[in-house]
Amino acid sequence: MVMPQIKEAVNVTDMPQSDNAVVARKVSKTYGDVEALRELSLEFPRGQLTSLLGPSGCGKTTLLKIIAGLLKPNSGEIEVNGKPVTGPGPDRAFVFQDFALMPWANVLRNVAFGLELRGVAKSEREAVAEKYIAEVGLAGFEKSYPHQLSGGMRQRVGLARALSVDADVLLMDEPFSAVDEQTRRKFQEDLLNLVQHENKTFIFVTHSIEEAVYVSDQIAILLPRPSRVSEIIRPTDLRHKNVDNIRRDPEYLDIVDSIWASLRSYVE
Amino acid sequence: MKRRSLWLKIISAAVLFGAWQIAGMIPVSYAFPTFFESMAALVRMAFDGTLLMAYIETLRPLVVGVGISAVLGIGLGLWIGLSARFDWLFSPIFIVMQAAPLAALIPLLVMAYGIGLTSKVFVVCIMAMPVIVLNTASAVRNTPASLKEMGRSFLASDRMIMLRIIIPAASPVIFSGLRLGVSAGFIGAVLAELKITPTGVGDIITYSRSIADYPAMYAAIFSIILLAVLFLNFLERLEVYLFEGNVRGYASD
Repeated sequence: MVMPQIKEAVNVTDMPQSDNAVVARKVSKTYGDVEALRELSLEFPRGQLTSLLGPSGCGKTTLLKIIAGLLKPNSGEIEVNGKPVTGPGPDRAFVFQDFALMPWANVLRNVAFGLELRGVAKSEREAVAEKYIAEVGLAGFEKSYPHQLSGGMRQRVGLARALSVDADVLLMDEPFSAVDEQTRRKFQEDLLNLVQHENKTFIFVTHSIEEAVYVSDQIAILLPRPSRVSEIIRPTDLRHKNVDNIRRDPEYLDIVDSIWASLRSYVE
Repeated sequence: MKRRSLWLKIISAAVLFGAWQIAGMIPVSYAFPTFFESMAALVRMAFDGTLLMAYIETLRPLVVGVGISAVLGIGLGLWIGLSARFDWLFSPIFIVMQAAPLAALIPLLVMAYGIGLTSKVFVVCIMAMPVIVLNTASAVRNTPASLKEMGRSFLASDRMIMLRIIIPAASPVIFSGLRLGVSAGFIGAVLAELKITPTGVGDIITYSRSIADYPAMYAAIFSIILLAVLFLNFLERLEVYLFEGNVRGYASD
């Protein structure tokens, strides 16, 4: 696969070569007359976080749902771990923008729901769920119901649910867009930790440039109508910096500026 | 779960019954007994067995009709909500049923099914079923799309999505349909006894009125309302028990 637009910010030698958890090949999708994606190709390196960034209506969520197997592309294919995607699978877990929690179920059952659907025994799945509830910082809230939690806590439940099925690939559809700014910053820091410690591949849809640069190993910039990858940016040095210093790092600021420069003409 | 305080319930009952007592004492009409006269008649009928015999008779079409309406109504509602073709086929029937002037249709039912239990069950069903079906259908149709997507992405089969997502998500509206349907069923049961053959509670009402024993008549009406309220309370307990997190406050208690 040739990606001539890759901006080689610094060096590429420490990048794991040709080990992609997810590959999209010439994926096209139309809704009626509207062409959402046209022959979009993109690779998602294993163990890294790739952001899909672009103006609204550029098909980021469509691409994510095609990868999840929730939507069928009109042509082209997605491969996860070398196998073509035909529908949802145990190798992928989804984190929803609106959390998609079941209001009639408490936190414990919501987090364990993925395992419940797989037929895992109750005691076993609740043990797993409790572990991840503690990991996302919600210990003590197992018996609470979603309407008793704040927006940020609800999304932590959604995240714990996705983690508890132990999928290789975590698909996150603007997961932080419905929570307030301060909670979001905390989330972003936690996400960086998660990428470092969990050996998973993250695909992250966002429309916030700062968020994408802050959390990503690789940023794919999508331009709309029909959607295609216009540029792939790999911030190379940010990952090794302390989370507290990323936002004043010159590389961070430069990338944010250059992305805005290429996107501004598409924003009405 | 939020509860109205016990005091509030007692005060509201006291105000209502007090107003009834005063209205009976004025009297607003000589055919309107006081609260205490009615209660005395209620106690009398409860102890001499009249009420028990009456309810054995009345509860039969009521229980059968409400049972059929609940099971068939929720089943049909789920089906209508899930399939556009079924919606097209069946929705109009229930909309017409709901709007139909039932009292005028009763002679037709009697001609077709006689004056026995069947006709009375029909009346209860015609009263109770439409609101159960239509509420269930619209609740199912309005299941949040992201919840269904969540189910699919976590590998739920269609059956699991139905049982563990669509039905629980629709349950608050299904239950409110059940509550409305059951109340309508109670009205239907009494209506059937007044319009078809006077039996059970309907018989007490008709007979007491004909001999001008108004306290007994109002006692019978009061008892059926009380029974309906108790049953609605039971339904709500059931809902809380089944889907605790869905309940964010009282609907009736």
